[in-house]
Amino acid sequence: MFRRNGSQCVATFAVDEVRVLRKVAGEVVGLLTDGMDHTDPVVSRLFPDIYPEKPDDSAEFRLYTEGDLKTGKIDQAGAILAALPDEGEGEVRLDGEAAEAWLRAINDARLAMGTRLDIQADTDLGEELDEAVLRDPGSSRVFQLSVYAYLGYLQESLLNALPEIE
Amino acid sequence: MVGMALPQVAPVESPEIEEAPADDRPWVTIVWDDPVNLMSYVTWVFQKIFGFSKEKAEALMLDVHNKGRAVVSSGARERMEMDANQLHGYGLWATVDRD
Repeated sequence: MFRRNGSQCVATFAVDEVRVLRKVAGEVVGLLTDGMDHTDPVVSRLFPDIYPEKPDDSAEFRLYTEGDLKTGKIDQAGAILAALPDEGEGEVRLDGEAAEAWLRAINDARLAMGTRLDIQADTDLGEELDEAVLRDPGSSRVFQLSVYAYLGYLQESLLNALPEIE
Repeated sequence: MVGMALPQVAPVESPEIEEAPADDRPWVTIVWDDPVNLMSYVTWVFQKIFGFSKEKAEALMLDVHNKGRAVVSSGARERMEMDANQLHGYGLWATVDRD
């Protein structure tokens, strides 16, 4: 988890955390680069229609803006990959700009995972995880839910470690 | 044969088409509640994008959270589109509409 150190946000990640963060950031980049499928609910969540009742206007707007938006999201996820140790445990130190990129990229990863996991406003993550463990502790859902919860704590810790916005 | 006088038909004036009153309602950017984004993150995004104080950003975030949606900016259409696009960059669910 992140803490403030001078003007930087600092965290020490264990081997497993580095591996998981590399994986989720890589998955976001993959989703955005493999020719996006707009019928995929994750893609529609990351790139919402600006005019939900006017598909033509939304499509036209998308035409002019989606490229940059996508590049921005790929760069954000890239900031995570760039700051992490290549392998093994290690410390990550983020200046203001990198911290912002991390926040945004963690958020994209959480949006993607939350959509796939069908997280709703009344979802109790703890209960959800307990149930999944009871059904099959080795399931991919248990892993995904744990990572989703972990990313929420990590994002919150980074928000708390940020210097106050003037 | 009796000639029949053609009925005099007064030319019918086509009714004037009233011009629709110009719609001067401002455009608005709306942020919708979603089950994933952290409340603290949404507050930070509002501060960051709109330069709001923490108090104002928090109040707006709570509005989104409690009412399901909130207007976060209003003005010219192009401006609202830029705002919504920027919010999408941060992962918030934003749309543009007339007030």
